[in-house]
Amino acid sequence: MEYIFYFLSSVLLFSALRVITSKNPVYSALFLVLSFFSAAGIWLLLQAEFLAIALVLVYVGAVMVLFLFVIMMLDINLDHMKKGFWDYLPAASFVAIIMLIEMILILNKSYFESPNLFVTPEISNTDALGNVLYSDYILPFEIAAIILLVAIISAITLTLRKTKINKNMNPADQVKVKRNNRIKMINIRSESRLKKVKKT
Amino acid sequence: MIPLSYYLILSALLFLIGVVGIFLNRKNIITILMAIELMLLAVNTNFIAFSYFLGDLAGQVFVFFILTVAAAESAIGLAIIILVFRNNKSINVDELNRLKG
Repeated sequence: MEYIFYFLSSVLLFSALRVITSKNPVYSALFLVLSFFSAAGIWLLLQAEFLAIALVLVYVGAVMVLFLFVIMMLDINLDHMKKGFWDYLPAASFVAIIMLIEMILILNKSYFESPNLFVTPEISNTDALGNVLYSDYILPFEIAAIILLVAIISAITLTLRKTKINKNMNPADQVKVKRNNRIKMINIRSESRLKKVKKT
Repeated sequence: MIPLSYYLILSALLFLIGVVGIFLNRKNIITILMAIELMLLAVNTNFIAFSYFLGDLAGQVFVFFILTVAAAESAIGLAIIILVFRNNKSINVDELNRLKG
């Protein structure tokens, strides 16, 4: 069990490092897939089976495919992307070292000795999660559904091209038409006057 | 038995990698989105570790909602990237100054 944890976490950290340092965004996306997969393994060790499988299905199966589609669809200038990659390293390392020190201070073993409140569950993780999700957390569940609906609608409306495919008419515009929109009165000179104008 | 602090240290390191990734990839908006996903993954691992060691399912329910919101966020973010590319012919972050903020 310990060896599995160490193996999975080292793969996770390595692939996360490759995500932020690889030159090509396609490689970044593929290493992100690897890191999601090893994180799902770690979640399995923590007996969160449903969420581990949901992570693989939703993230590896849907979100990362979306990322890869977008990366491959866009014509990305790779040389420009990497310009000034190490310029921000001082600021990044400053922030990272300070955060690391803070987290070492907090995550000291004295504060987080394993509470050992864990009891062996009688029902499966999916069962237990469903029980609380549809009873205690029903309102957040509905709000999550609305958030997904909003995301669908906004993503479609953002990327929709407003090209005219068919020749349908707008009935409101048809009803609103006035005579002046369709008929234009033009005062044409008569032929005799035209000849006079040409002679002079 | 792996103690809780190991999981917390793992997710702290993952979170740090995400933060450093946002700093380093200032020009690459897609990698910034991926670094945000890494940070969310670290937070979710924290939630699940506490849920396991405290014997409480609330943490897993929260991870469920975080996954939902993160999926919505990345979908809208990618839609915005496509829109930016269509208008600017590039997704260069330096050229994203049209709003004059």
